[in-house]
Amino acid sequence: MTEALVPHTTETSTGGAAAHSSPGWFRRALESDILYSFRRSRLTMVAAVVTALFFLLAIFAPLLAVQNPFDPSQLELMNSRIAPLWTADGQSPFLLGTDEQGRDVFSAILYGLRISLTVGVLGVLFAGTLGIMLGLIAGYVGGAVDGLIMRIADVQLTFPAILIALLINGVVKSIFGNRLDATSTLAVLVFAIGLSFWVQYARTVRGSVMVEKNKDYVAAAQLIGLPAPVIMLRHVLPNAMGPILVIATINLALAIITEATLSFLGSGMPDTMPSLGTLIRIGNNYLFSGEWWIVAFPGFALAALILSINLLGDWLRDALNPKLR
Amino acid sequence: MTEPVLSVRNLQVEFITRRSVLRAIDGVSFDIAKGEVLGVVGESGAGKSVTGLAVIGLIDPPGRIAGGEIYLSGVRIDNLPQEEMRRLRGKRIGMIFQDPLTSLNPLYRIGDQLIETIRTHLNLSESAARKRAIDLLAEVGIPAPDKRIDAYPHEFSGGMRQRVVIALAICAEPELIIADEPTTALDVSVQAQIITLIKRLGRDHGTAVMLVTHDMGVIAETSARVAVMYSGRIAEIGPVQDVVQHPLHPYAKGLMGAIPTLASDARRLMQIPGSMPRLSAIPTGCAFNPRCEFAFDRCRVERPEPIRQGAQAVACHLYDAAAETAA
Amino acid sequence: MLAFTLRRAIQAIGVMIAVGIISFSMFRFAGDPVNQIVAIDTSAAERAEIRHSLGLDDPFPVQFSRYFINAAQFKFGVSYQFRQPVASLLKERMPATLELATCATILAMVFGILMGVYSALRRDSFLAKVFQAVSLVGISLPTFLIGILLIYLFSVTLGWLPSFGRGEVVHIGWWTTGLLTVSGLKALVMPAITLGLFQMTLIMRLVRAEMLEVLRTDYIRFARARGLTTRAIHFGHALKNTLVPVITVAGLQFGSVIAFAIITETVFQWPGMGLLFVQAVQNVDIPIMAAYLLVVSLIFVTINLIVDILYTVVDPRLRSTISRPA
Repeated sequence: MTEALVPHTTETSTGGAAAHSSPGWFRRALESDILYSFRRSRLTMVAAVVTALFFLLAIFAPLLAVQNPFDPSQLELMNSRIAPLWTADGQSPFLLGTDEQGRDVFSAILYGLRISLTVGVLGVLFAGTLGIMLGLIAGYVGGAVDGLIMRIADVQLTFPAILIALLINGVVKSIFGNRLDATSTLAVLVFAIGLSFWVQYARTVRGSVMVEKNKDYVAAAQLIGLPAPVIMLRHVLPNAMGPILVIATINLALAIITEATLSFLGSGMPDTMPSLGTLIRIGNNYLFSGEWWIVAFPGFALAALILSINLLGDWLRDALNPKLR
Repeated sequence: MTEPVLSVRNLQVEFITRRSVLRAIDGVSFDIAKGEVLGVVGESGAGKSVTGLAVIGLIDPPGRIAGGEIYLSGVRIDNLPQEEMRRLRGKRIGMIFQDPLTSLNPLYRIGDQLIETIRTHLNLSESAARKRAIDLLAEVGIPAPDKRIDAYPHEFSGGMRQRVVIALAICAEPELIIADEPTTALDVSVQAQIITLIKRLGRDHGTAVMLVTHDMGVIAETSARVAVMYSGRIAEIGPVQDVVQHPLHPYAKGLMGAIPTLASDARRLMQIPGSMPRLSAIPTGCAFNPRCEFAFDRCRVERPEPIRQGAQAVACHLYDAAAETAA
Repeated sequence: MLAFTLRRAIQAIGVMIAVGIISFSMFRFAGDPVNQIVAIDTSAAERAEIRHSLGLDDPFPVQFSRYFINAAQFKFGVSYQFRQPVASLLKERMPATLELATCATILAMVFGILMGVYSALRRDSFLAKVFQAVSLVGISLPTFLIGILLIYLFSVTLGWLPSFGRGEVVHIGWWTTGLLTVSGLKALVMPAITLGLFQMTLIMRLVRAEMLEVLRTDYIRFARARGLTTRAIHFGHALKNTLVPVITVAGLQFGSVIAFAIITETVFQWPGMGLLFVQAVQNVDIPIMAAYLLVVSLIFVTINLIVDILYTVVDPRLRSTISRPA
């Protein structure tokens, strides 16, 4: 049962990127030492199960939640600040209590998880696509184009992603003013996170293009008249899939952290459509008045999610590159 | 008869891996006398370097000495506690590694590295140690040693660096030097100088030298005796002249036949078919049997033990029968 | 050596110009400066007048060089929210951020190096495994969660440390310091730990990996073959070779520490540049955003330059390869 989870989790984290590679590559990877090391590490199996669980919770949120926390008409102010169910003041059906607006914390976490994972996965996909494209172009075309792309990458790498994401967010906000609704904010977040994380992919892909470019099979493919983009995507890219997968997994955790941080700082998801970061920001205001559950459970969910994705990423990196251990 | 400086008896070294236990050295015995240079020759992976590391006590886990004894001037050293073995290294046994470019710490001046080593083993003041360091550099042939002592390793050429490495190895006047491929990484023109230096040191100080190399030419030039290793065992050992001119073991014959000489008329160089087995797949009986043109049934079953043949000793069943009939 | 420094300096200036263009574009195009100044009912003619007086109808290069010359003199314009010169706002907030970032970095270096060296030398010990686990948690917990956790523990539950602000500060010229008062030091503890934890785990992992690598090198093997003491090998040879790249990375990380201070300062309401920046982003106060970007970039670039030069001083190999033209 646990074996069945591997393709599931990796597939979800990289989505379309993995689909590009040939099935042969995928099967070979699974049959090699990777599965062996996966079975050996109990911690990794737990992490895979927890990650899968989070994805399932997010997907089936509407079935599991007692209310839709994004719908103001379902919130009753009468129900505000109820403690978790197992405490003396707990009330059914609010398992983990409610917040100031009468929002069920458990439902809010499920829906917040949806947003965090959506932004994370889309952000990684966007960053991955952008980075892979730019890396392929830089590596294949070379010359001034390569120089320009890599200089931009160098400069951007000097600055932490969170700063770049904040700036992009601020600029977009200043251009559109307050006309942005929650869904567009989500798109802006994906855009900002994507732009902050493309560099690593570009560098990795460029590196492997440089290596593969001069090999005989590429020359042979050129001779039979295959167009450059086909050669790149069909022959060169699969060779870089391993490292890309590792970067994507670790970046998924980073993207989720970045989204949560932006929302915590008040530059992300609004209170009407809260992500985990927004929930933590709201809850942080009630820390001193004793309503610890408003911040504690979303915080715990976020930490558990990131920790398990990071564990998976660490294991994947070690399994694909035993030298690093 | 004086005691040999180094005496190795039935040495066994194992490496423990995830899947199995690999035997890298399996029953190696030899002696080196004072002032003698013993050449150890063989293909890479034959266990030459591992033997050297075992003698100086630097086999790291997952490797370990699984059996046998090592004696230094009559005292057993293979079972010494770590700290005592550490004090022996550098003081009584010196070691020279293959690559002089990577043997020296790039961030320290060579003088600091010398003085540190000298003061670890000899009770000298900083200034006395520095003076000794300069003398050592002079002895190994570094020009203007009083100036060069303050240089960093990267400021020396490969050959000069190997001289510094040698100076470091002899700085406490060890009884034994283990030189592991000391010339392999050097230019041909520099190789001869380093060989001459090692030879001279052995002569001047009466140091015993274990010279590990895959280059028969180097051995012919420096060594009194030679041990030919194959798959973790000594195939043949004896005086260099005898082994070179009249090799007994089929593998040694092949090895000697593979040396080009000016004297040999245009005869083709001999080749040994196949390659040395991996440690995980050593054949039963004589490890050389799949490649040996003289192999017979016994070779595939029973492992040959060394048999005396004049000044030589050879581990081959071919000579067993001969020995029996002679007796 | 000189050529190398010069080349690096030119690169640094290049980066600053690039950042300057971004900063200027933000300042100029994201949100019309005129709209920020005038009232809604200002006539078109008056707007044009203001536009002209601000020089906004000059050609792009003229505007840009004017912006750049001003910025070089630390004239960043006036904040929309505070109606004060941005430069004086930044100057007022800078000591708080620099003090926090420095303390966090020192904390991260000291503990990161100690833990990294320990877990490299005693790879299989229990404590090394604990450190590994701590480092994974340190990387996985978002900074703001760590801050909240600390506040809950030490402010809400135990009541030992203040949850916000800098405490009492002492003025030394224009600089303000919280290091000289008890309340200032108490206020610094949690923010410094929060900010330093991530860097600490980073440094620890790096030191561990680097040291394991160094311990496998030939010169360490040769040092052992020379019978040097374990102590001399580990803490003389191996540590020195480990720390050269580590200190470079840690130095370069100081820039990100300043940027990450944005989060920490928000959690602890620490009156530094980061908090100012976050408020500016929320209120679309473009002049502050643009100026913050410039100032932080300047700090980054200066540190990178210093680290590059220091690196050549520490590593004798580089010193000579650089002085020789490649």
